[in-house]
Amino acid sequence: MSKIDVRKSESLRNSQIELRILANPNYLCVVRTAVRQTAGIFGFQEDKAESITLAVVEALTNIIRHSYSGSCDKPIIVGLNKICYGEENRSAIEIVIRDFGKQIDAETIKSRDLDELRSGGVGVHIIHSVMDEVEFSHANGCGMQLRLVKIVV
Amino acid sequence: MSNSSNSQNVIRGVRHQGQTVVLELGGEIDMKSFVILKAKFKELYREKPAILIVDMTSVEFMDSSGLATLVGALKWCRLNGSELKLVGLAQRVRSIFEICRLDTAFQIYDSEAEALSQ
Repeated sequence: MSKIDVRKSESLRNSQIELRILANPNYLCVVRTAVRQTAGIFGFQEDKAESITLAVVEALTNIIRHSYSGSCDKPIIVGLNKICYGEENRSAIEIVIRDFGKQIDAETIKSRDLDELRSGGVGVHIIHSVMDEVEFSHANGCGMQLRLVKIVV
Repeated sequence: MSNSSNSQNVIRGVRHQGQTVVLELGGEIDMKSFVILKAKFKELYREKPAILIVDMTSVEFMDSSGLATLVGALKWCRLNGSELKLVGLAQRVRSIFEICRLDTAFQIYDSEAEALSQ
């Protein structure tokens, strides 16, 4: 498997843009650039594109830390799509992130109480705060899938 | 925006002004580079500064790894009678503080001069 494969092509999910990387923190900057640029192309202003980028990075960080326990040689797939969302068919970005780690109960993935001043554990809160829709599910076979949607305002 | 995520670029410099230490940061602070920042803070703690100013003017991106490191620094300062002040946060960096409701926990200023005058 090539380490980084950025292309517009058909994938298992027919993503318009798909990134396939190894779970190496060195590659997070590549994903940041791609997500930031794609969000801009899909119609988001800079501040929203930055927020979306942050949410994706938080998701990838959680995969590397928790799903893969720090292993850098396992794959993560990030699919980016421009979609029409909801009853009003509003333009939105859909981001689907797929890992191949352990499967866990999606109900256990929760934000923590922010009233306590302590470091760490806010990634899920950030994702929920930034995105309009957040859906964790089991991927086919193994691993988890995270679907994120944000409407263009 | 810089494309480099070289960990070494996170620490841009350290200046001393009496009992005040100014730590200049830059680049992207994420799960790759936050360890560099954490180690630098540990170095600076030994100096027991009265005021620790973190100049983030050149920080282009920060995720919760960086935020957690700053929270750790804030807690150290509170325990040890030091003041931690953050300077020059671009909105894209400030937003993570706001999302996590930490923008009021930290002292945040637009400039070093403003931070020193307060």
